[in-house]
Amino acid sequence: MPIITYREALNAALDEEMTRDDKVFLMGEEVGEYDGAYKVSKGLLDKFGPRRVLDTPITELGFTGLGVGAAMAGLRPVVEWMTHNFALLALDQVVNNAAKMRYMSGGQFTMPIVFRGPNGPAEYLAAQHSQALQSYYAHIPGLKVVAPATPYDAKGLLKSAIRDNNPVVVLEGELMYAWKGEVPEEEYLVPIGKADVKREGKDVSIITYSKPLKVVQEAAETLAGLGIEAEIVDLRSLRPLDEETVYASVRKTNRAVVVDESWPVASVGSHVAWLISRNCFDMLDAPVELVASEDVPMPYNHRLELAAQPSAAKVVAAVKKVLYRED
Amino acid sequence: MKKYDKAFLHKLLYEMMLIRHFEEKAGQMYGLRKIGGFLHLYNGQEAIAVGAVAALDLSRDYVLTGYRDHGHALACGTDPKPLMAELYGKITGCSRGKGGSMHFFDAEKHFLGGNGIVAAQIPIATGVALAQSYRSDGGVTVCFFGDGAIHQGAFHESLNLAKIWNLPVIYVCENNQWGMGTNFRRVSAVDDFSLMGNAYGIPGRQVDGMDVLAVYEEISRAAEDARKSGLPTFLEAKTYRYKGHSMSDPQKYRTKDEIEEYKKQDPILILQDRMEKGGQLTEKEFHDLEARVKAQVDEAADFAETSEEPAIHTLYEDVLAD
Repeated sequence: MPIITYREALNAALDEEMTRDDKVFLMGEEVGEYDGAYKVSKGLLDKFGPRRVLDTPITELGFTGLGVGAAMAGLRPVVEWMTHNFALLALDQVVNNAAKMRYMSGGQFTMPIVFRGPNGPAEYLAAQHSQALQSYYAHIPGLKVVAPATPYDAKGLLKSAIRDNNPVVVLEGELMYAWKGEVPEEEYLVPIGKADVKREGKDVSIITYSKPLKVVQEAAETLAGLGIEAEIVDLRSLRPLDEETVYASVRKTNRAVVVDESWPVASVGSHVAWLISRNCFDMLDAPVELVASEDVPMPYNHRLELAAQPSAAKVVAAVKKVLYRED
Repeated sequence: MKKYDKAFLHKLLYEMMLIRHFEEKAGQMYGLRKIGGFLHLYNGQEAIAVGAVAALDLSRDYVLTGYRDHGHALACGTDPKPLMAELYGKITGCSRGKGGSMHFFDAEKHFLGGNGIVAAQIPIATGVALAQSYRSDGGVTVCFFGDGAIHQGAFHESLNLAKIWNLPVIYVCENNQWGMGTNFRRVSAVDDFSLMGNAYGIPGRQVDGMDVLAVYEEISRAAEDARKSGLPTFLEAKTYRYKGHSMSDPQKYRTKDEIEEYKKQDPILILQDRMEKGGQLTEKEFHDLEARVKAQVDEAADFAETSEEPAIHTLYEDVLAD
């Protein structure tokens, strides 16, 4: 199977869906002539032309709102946000219009629109450019939210998002764009709302999604060396959430650690930890642990920024805690 | 006046009277607590929605507005019954009782709401025009908003985008002079809003928003420009609202005299007077029109009154599409 990058996988998804359906178009800052701030849209302007690949001015609220209107009028826009940090300026259009138009109108409209771009900490970017904002979207009924961690899932989920008749927020990651993985040449979709067990194990369930998958995988290797077999559940979709796959794993292992790179208060991670505590209460042999970002804005200094984020060592420590194996 | 067809003039007069009467009835029913929440009435501004929509072809054109949306929905031809039922929160409402006064929609009539966030409809309308341009379908979108919306970034970002992409959109600022309780002059760097269009290379014009025919002519011209060359237009329609910002507004910021002065330029009276002088309206015809709108609005209120409340299970419907 060919090995490609996460960025190439997203590019292929856009290319295939734009080829498949003339209603699909891409707009955002630098997506056209510049080939994308992170090169996700490389080559698409040349292939599809300026009608379908639109370079916007730096007006997140404005062009996101245009996307909402275009979707109401029957197109299928893909709105690229250069980063989710800047998309805070567009939040009104996402929360008050994209998510609610169908409900407020008694079901008169569909809203087939994708909002995508990098989310979560990168490196040396400090507080305004390095933050994980998924809770803002996961909180809102009327939205779907996906956070693929591998090239395979990135391609399959973006294609599903583009075909969905609801607004879908796709959370990518600046540091993940260069990650490599196997992606088949033939067409496939990854369904929205399905978690994936990335590693099977019997001793503890580690539930994570997006970029922390990598540190969780490192931690699992370390734990295997200690005789602890961790099961890794990659949520992939944050809304809707595949609760059943999570519970099935916890019923098997009786112990759960949730790993989420956003802040710990009112987060996807804290919600999942609560769901497990409530719905698997009788199966748990230890309280659920949450490994999150430290509750501080992101600092610039590299040593400090690494200390702020989930790490393999923090995950290993949390697993030992739920196994009562603190040494 | 002679150039206008009598039936056309009667339609304009009838629609303005229907809106006026609908709003009077809504206000009464609010007083009787049949309607809750915010209720923003359109009395005094009828000529703008009616004159503008009369210049459109709603088989391909679209209309969007803010939260003072009853007049626009009626002008687009939505049946008053589901609109009044929506105010009552009934399942037979245009939005199944989920939207209320600020969220009227009628997909079939190309009326895309009804938006409760000041200026949020401006980028959306511009996006509808983007879809029309993308499909080259010859349609135009008319976007209404108030003088309070014009200082939002969403307005300025949208005009810039409409111009750089040549989108067939007509922006209509209904300057009723009061953004809630704040006179527009107190919060605007310029008194003449038509300059705001010029700032983005978009033709900006002022129009008398109390004169339905003047509005009709300006929108006709703007729609022709938009269809022919994808040119956006910005219009400032000077108008006045007779009622408070919403029903809870005690209106301490203006005098009764000021309101009475404006009522002398009432859009319905102006058209009625001209039609009578032009021999296009008899006293009897006017009374017939009055009886018709009264019956239609009474019927809408009865329909709303006797309609069912939404069942609890509908709470969970319409969140997501299949």
